[in-house]
Amino acid sequence: MESYLPVIWAAIIGCAVAMYVILDGFDLGIGILFPFAESEHERDQMMNSVAPFWDGNETWLVLGGAGLMVAFPLAYSIILPAFYLPVMIMLLALVFRGVAFEFRWLGVSSKPHWTFAFAAGSMLAAFCQGLILGGLIEGIKVQNGAFAGGAFDWATPFAVMCGLGLVAGYALLGATWLIMKTEGKIAERARPTAKALLVVVLAFMAIVSLWTPLAFDRIAARWFSLPNILFLWWVPAATALVAFVAWRAIESGREALPFLATIALFLLGYLGLLISNFPYIVPPSLTIWQAAAAPATHVFMLIGTLVMLPIIFGYTIFVYWIFSGKLREGEGHH
Amino acid sequence: MELDPVLIARLQFAFTIIWHIIFPAFTIGLSAYVATLCVMWMRTGKGHYRELARFWTKIFAAAFAMGVVSGLVLTYQFGTNWSRFSAVLGNVVGPMIGYEVEVAFFLEATFLGVLLFGWDRMPPWLHTLSAVAVAVGTLMSAFWILSANSWMQTPVGFEMRDGVAYPLDWLDIVFNPSFPYRLAHMVTAAYLTTSFVVLAVGARYILAGKHLEHGHTMVRMAVAFAAVAAPLQLFIGDQHGLNTLKHQPTKIAAIEAHWDGSSPGELVLFAWPDESAETNRFAVTIPHGASLLLTHSWDGLFPGLKNFAPNDRPPVLPPFFAFRAMVGIGLLMIVAGLTGAWLWWRGRLFSARWYLWPAQHAWWIGFVAVICGWIVTETGRQPWVAYGVFRTADAVSPVAAGSMMTTLVLFVLVYGVVGSIGLYYINRLIAHGPRGPVIEPAITGAPTLAPQAGALAGIKPSSTPMSE
Repeated sequence: MESYLPVIWAAIIGCAVAMYVILDGFDLGIGILFPFAESEHERDQMMNSVAPFWDGNETWLVLGGAGLMVAFPLAYSIILPAFYLPVMIMLLALVFRGVAFEFRWLGVSSKPHWTFAFAAGSMLAAFCQGLILGGLIEGIKVQNGAFAGGAFDWATPFAVMCGLGLVAGYALLGATWLIMKTEGKIAERARPTAKALLVVVLAFMAIVSLWTPLAFDRIAARWFSLPNILFLWWVPAATALVAFVAWRAIESGREALPFLATIALFLLGYLGLLISNFPYIVPPSLTIWQAAAAPATHVFMLIGTLVMLPIIFGYTIFVYWIFSGKLREGEGHH
Repeated sequence: MELDPVLIARLQFAFTIIWHIIFPAFTIGLSAYVATLCVMWMRTGKGHYRELARFWTKIFAAAFAMGVVSGLVLTYQFGTNWSRFSAVLGNVVGPMIGYEVEVAFFLEATFLGVLLFGWDRMPPWLHTLSAVAVAVGTLMSAFWILSANSWMQTPVGFEMRDGVAYPLDWLDIVFNPSFPYRLAHMVTAAYLTTSFVVLAVGARYILAGKHLEHGHTMVRMAVAFAAVAAPLQLFIGDQHGLNTLKHQPTKIAAIEAHWDGSSPGELVLFAWPDESAETNRFAVTIPHGASLLLTHSWDGLFPGLKNFAPNDRPPVLPPFFAFRAMVGIGLLMIVAGLTGAWLWWRGRLFSARWYLWPAQHAWWIGFVAVICGWIVTETGRQPWVAYGVFRTADAVSPVAAGSMMTTLVLFVLVYGVVGSIGLYYINRLIAHGPRGPVIEPAITGAPTLAPQAGALAGIKPSSTPMSE
């Protein structure tokens, strides 16, 4: 049993991160698309489409961080110091964009400032998350169970590319969300935007898929050795299929399918990264077993998690259902 | 100058957590107040309860947003700045924070959306239930984070193996010796803090001669609460202090500036404690006073700072002065609560300008008391991060001091901007009043989310007990 606990916890944290990326992804995407809106009125509409959800969405990031601390304290204590500056900048960016949901309504004269804060904060947070992801894939320098590298080890071309890729990816989630949740001009213009973003995102996914096996032998061995390739070939195939479905859905005027297909695209890309790096939680030094917390800690937290996660899923779905359907004209909370 | 990473990390944590605690102290109390108003609205059908609930929900949303984003920062600081803390104590402290997220954060954050955007769109009972869910969420959050903090103050139920803490008994860990006292003290403090904000806003409306019905309700509710809870808080605080003496004698010695454990403790009303000379300067004291309070006997002895090696002592000035400020405000709250109750009994509560005018300006006193209380308990725990087990100096991350200094400066700038605008924003909301226009008329008619047609079984706003 004890050797399975880290696997279970890796799966739980993996789910939390996936939930975060998808849910906060679309509301960060709204911020990233802010500069392309035609008026403040359109931006009001965009912001209102995510306003009831953003608090809950961002909580998945708290669960990701806290879950890592609970289940893999050693990994938490290595990864966060290693990405000290990107993590801190991301948090500060999230402060600005979070309060912008309230402060943007303060007055006409200050509104453009908070529009800027919302857009810049969303972009910066997304970019930093991509930097961290890229830096993590590239590996962290570890000695005696602690981070032993420099303050700027994460600043590499690969990490910067991952940062830009994630900004484009969140923008795609945001654009397809607008197709689903809004009507009129915003939804119409979101379609060509989503198409362009889809091309960009696929290009980034292709580059990462080529770059990582070429640069890291362990990733090449994972995908291209026998018999692995026999079990894994469907991942890129499914990705191509989903990309095609997303493209067709955007073109053919479907409402919800573009968003759902984009989610599937994200999940497949995420699955690919997990396959590339499992069982490392701090590549290439620590596996999930080496970084795991005490079994007593895993069990104590698992009991609560098995009770709470279904409840959380339940009321989250309930709230999305209450606010389902298109955004309509009417008075807002402000 | 060589920067000391431990000092910078401590300064940064002190700054970010002091800034953060303002918002939970307010939102714990305010969510309970909004839920109470919703229940009153349902029971009486009086419209002004609904208007008040809606009014305070807007203020709650602004405070909650600032609390969420600054709390997120703290969750990550355990790793960025205090990675050794996480590696050594994560097995024990981690799950308490994990439970806080799973039991509380999701509940609060998700139902706040319903609370804010669900007015007129849901049956009143469902709206009230959402308000209760948010209030319960804030309480659960307080439960788990105070359990974690209390374990760091009074660690039990674990063992150290190879320099890492391993849990032995979770019940002992969660319900550690100082936890019940700290929980009662902090939750009462949060409610009291909020009641003084509500009192101030009510007094402001009465003095300005507007929103009188709302103002009367707020002042009555706040006075009734403070008259009961402020004296109760004195009792809880006293019990908390006795518990601290039992488990953290160095903290009590620093609070009392008590140097010599072989003689009875004086109650030091004022002094300038001199740590290098190990004595108090300019002291004004009541002989035997501290012994009476802490041991309930004239000649009772309790440990003094000299009983401990200098490197095991906390700094004396912060707990000493912060404690006196906290107790002073606590006593002031008792006076304010009882005076208000007496005026109410005499039927003069809404005409006594000499009472309402200071009340209008005293909205901030609870926040200062809460911050001072945390300064007492956190600096009083030093030099330990887990009392007697693990030192703060060993808990810091292997991160360049320059990185920490840079982010400290950024936090001061960002929080300074966000905090002052937040204060301005909340003040604007209050100035507009519970019946005032929406904050920016230009955006009425802006689109918002409507619930799915028929999602709530065709319940229309007109079926609310009191539609405007």
